[in-house]
Amino acid sequence: MLTKRIIACLDVHDGRVVKGVQFVDLIDAGDPATQAARHAREGADEIVLLDITATHEGRQTLLDTVRRTARELFVPFCVGGGIRTADDAAQVFEAGADKVSVNSAALADPTLIAAIGRSFGAQAVVVAIDARRDPEAADPVRDAQVFVQGGRKPAGRRVVEWAREAEDRGAGEILLTSMNSDGMRTGFDCELTAAVSEAVGIPVIASGGAGTVDHFTDVFGRGKADAALAASIFHFGVSSARSLKEELAKAGVSVRLPC
Amino acid sequence: MRVTVIDYKAGNLASVLKALRHLGAEPVVTDGDLSLVDSAERIVLPGVGHFAATERLDSTGLTTAIRAAIARRVPFLGICVGMQWLYAGSSEAPDQPGLAHFSEGCTHFAESKEKVPHVGWNSLEVRKDSRLLAGVEPGEFVYFTHSYKAPVTVYTAAVTHYIESFASAVERANVMGVQFHPEKSGAAGLKILSNFLFWEGK
Repeated sequence: MLTKRIIACLDVHDGRVVKGVQFVDLIDAGDPATQAARHAREGADEIVLLDITATHEGRQTLLDTVRRTARELFVPFCVGGGIRTADDAAQVFEAGADKVSVNSAALADPTLIAAIGRSFGAQAVVVAIDARRDPEAADPVRDAQVFVQGGRKPAGRRVVEWAREAEDRGAGEILLTSMNSDGMRTGFDCELTAAVSEAVGIPVIASGGAGTVDHFTDVFGRGKADAALAASIFHFGVSSARSLKEELAKAGVSVRLPC
Repeated sequence: MRVTVIDYKAGNLASVLKALRHLGAEPVVTDGDLSLVDSAERIVLPGVGHFAATERLDSTGLTTAIRAAIARRVPFLGICVGMQWLYAGSSEAPDQPGLAHFSEGCTHFAESKEKVPHVGWNSLEVRKDSRLLAGVEPGEFVYFTHSYKAPVTVYTAAVTHYIESFASAVERANVMGVQFHPEKSGAAGLKILSNFLFWEGK
């Protein structure tokens, strides 16, 4: 049986894992290669590394980080942040990533999705969508808006429509982050996740809002998510991806165990 | 030990090379140097993406060289599209023939409420006597990402269920294939790659 994936996410700045709220008050949380290896060892089904360094010099540091992190990692490894062109993506793949995630660059030029897929396959292109419900709209879920620049600026696109277009243009997966829920620990936005998951035929990774094990059960159930991102899994009262998955298995969710 | 890895410009080789090196092998890559196939001790054909990309194997002469190596009983492992290529062809690219080492064809998953591609960790039902999957626990999980699949036949070494039952591994004498990505399947995947590398060809 195909299992629900628990994906460990590392936010990386200048070659170090960082933790913070909305990317401010960053706390150093260790070496990316060490952290990724630990998550894989402790049962994570996949690793996502999101680079939040915005500088040009940071690109080289990122490639070094990807190279070091990939070296001893034998689970799928996705890298996102600052990938603007197919050449940027190629460098990240050559450094050892299996997938790249693209966000604002794909909105600015949706042909980027197919351009990366042509050389590396559709399965290697994850389109990340930062979503915010529109409280003014008649249907806040169907009319949820895409945001860019860390959630500060509306992109002028509806989330469900953009997800569908991304699929048509050759995306392999959608990484959906709810800006409303992000950092709140009140649960994933299950309605929005389900709306996107039902609109597309490719896997949807839910992100933003997890605070308890029940939130994961919920997003795999009524949220219809195929995978969920655990940004800082140790904040959820569990010590590892493995213990999270053991709790999920008890709740009837199909997960990769033993792992 | 030396392993010839075939590059036909279908996706990224980095992960496969890394896993082979981790296991102590020395991979050499060829995208058309046939001498590396003619002298190969072992051959790995990776590949993600579209079946049509295998046309490059024909146009570079690699298909002929690989066919001869297989006849010399050189151990061969196809991964993902590399496994599908061992069959007669795929409905993904009906005009592009495969190697036809196995006479059946690969087909798209049937229409259902489930998503296609099949992406993620799914379990293996290992058939008895598989050398490639020796020591792999029943129900072991491995990582898949594909929309087309091979049918279950007498040469199937492992079966996986998604929408329908399909061949997740195939094995006949020195020719082996896996639909999943052993290089991305944690300890279980490394075990399978290691079985291939250390198989003595008996």
